[in-house]
Amino acid sequence: MSVLIFADSFNGKIVKSAHEAISYGSKIAQDKGTESIVLTYGEVSEGDLAELGKNGASKVLHCSTVNQMLPNSLLKLVEGAVSKTNADVVIFSFDNTGKTVAPMLSAKLKAGLVPGVIDYPSSFEPFTVKKNVFSGKAFADYTISTEIKIVSLLPNSVEVKSEGQAATVEAFNPDLGDNRITIKEIKAESSDGEILLPEAELVVSAGRGLKGPENWGMVEELAKLLGAGTACSRPVADIGWRPHHEHVGQTGVAIRPNLYIAIGISGAIQHLAGVNGSKVIVVINKDPEAPFFKAADYGIVGDAFEVVPRLLESVKKFKAAS
Amino acid sequence: MKYLVCISKAPDTTTKITFTEGETKFNETGVQFIVNPYDEWYALVRALELKEKFGGSVTIINVGQPDCDPILRKALAIGADEAIRINAADNDAFFVANQISNYAKENSFDVILTGKETINYNGSQIGGMVAGLLDFPFISLATNLEMEGNTATIERDIQGGVEVISVDTPFVLSAAKGMAEQRIPNMRGIMAARTKPLKVVEPINSDSLTQVKTYSLPAEKGQVKLIDPENTDELVNLLHNEVKVI
Repeated sequence: MSVLIFADSFNGKIVKSAHEAISYGSKIAQDKGTESIVLTYGEVSEGDLAELGKNGASKVLHCSTVNQMLPNSLLKLVEGAVSKTNADVVIFSFDNTGKTVAPMLSAKLKAGLVPGVIDYPSSFEPFTVKKNVFSGKAFADYTISTEIKIVSLLPNSVEVKSEGQAATVEAFNPDLGDNRITIKEIKAESSDGEILLPEAELVVSAGRGLKGPENWGMVEELAKLLGAGTACSRPVADIGWRPHHEHVGQTGVAIRPNLYIAIGISGAIQHLAGVNGSKVIVVINKDPEAPFFKAADYGIVGDAFEVVPRLLESVKKFKAAS
Repeated sequence: MKYLVCISKAPDTTTKITFTEGETKFNETGVQFIVNPYDEWYALVRALELKEKFGGSVTIINVGQPDCDPILRKALAIGADEAIRINAADNDAFFVANQISNYAKENSFDVILTGKETINYNGSQIGGMVAGLLDFPFISLATNLEMEGNTATIERDIQGGVEVISVDTPFVLSAAKGMAEQRIPNMRGIMAARTKPLKVVEPINSDSLTQVKTYSLPAEKGQVKLIDPENTDELVNLLHNEVKVI
């Protein structure tokens, strides 16, 4: 028995959410008294692979014959690793790769999958995990009844562990068959250094209250000062003031940062669904009746065009002092 | 080209969520149901656009009980040619995917589309499972689909960008925002939908692999702490010292 953790890589680097998944899976392995084994792929350096031991992995299986997100090849790879390691728990991140490969694996192995879990299992017998349902408006505790359990972990749900020993690294290159998909091009949409929304720990978001795309400068400046990602409400993305990948809410990206600052967003139920997993919510709105205040921890009733520049000064002072 | 679009019933996006029977069932009383937005706006509409351009047929499939018929009629009114309802409760994702893949196997489709997730379970599972069961390639979170003969060019969202891939039919795809624009059914569509075929098919035997034990609601937020708009220093202080997020 073992816990197998699939760690995604991109451009030769292990992605951030994978460190969370390894920390998560390693804790489960520890509690069950079994080994935690990481499976990854791509041109990742030997040193970076061994480093995964810090997150709690004892062994890393590394496949170097695939270096792109090819679903059918990765499926074969994980299937091979499950049988090699005799894994009874398989962990993915609930990111774009996990959303692709985990359900395929579940169908192949007839192993129950709970996608997007937000916490450690509350019990192993029966195996019970919690996930968001109804787009963040509620939670459900799921049990998995099959011998092999698959879960994918929602990013920003657990702390990353970083105190373990270096892991042993083993090459693992099984036959991956025909991948059947050709990747023709990868277009980066985010600029270098931009903080990607699903991973962002701090998020500054704005809505129609900003009156026009030309007024986003102060939002971007605040985000940059804080080291935060930028987001927006649906109407703002729909009218083209901001790119679609910034739209958070029920039909956009669901996020759960440590801090969510909402500027000039009224807080429709669909928007709240995408952000109410945030640990702390700050709302700045000139309408004291805006529904968002009911979901907020801190609120400022005031005009964004006065409050945000003042807040910028306060943050600058704080950053200079710390 | 034969398109199969998987359709799920979902509560309207403004629904206030509550539970019954000891927090084990979603309380459907007074809830307005809709076609899951990702299935309708993106998967179904793109399939219809491609059919209108190149010919073919669009079949919609749902695993559900008779209360799903109104949403299937809605999808027919938008333009689908025929509807299949597998007559069973949607026990879990594997059960649903097993029913869909079984029907797809017997009726051979070229392109199977789902929405990227449902707004009630948010699992992103059905497409991948159907692909796994049929041994088809699976392209998730697709934002654009173009067909040329039997070859598709697809754009899909990846972390921080877009990936352009090509794949031959048959394949399964899950559709995300950007794929198409919502269509409002017109009167002719609504009239035509009344006479389009809605076939009810009995389910095959299938396991369910997961069960919902209980539902719960997020803890009520305490009263919001209002801060003087003149005193943004205080907000920064609270974020740093009280909740320690900056």
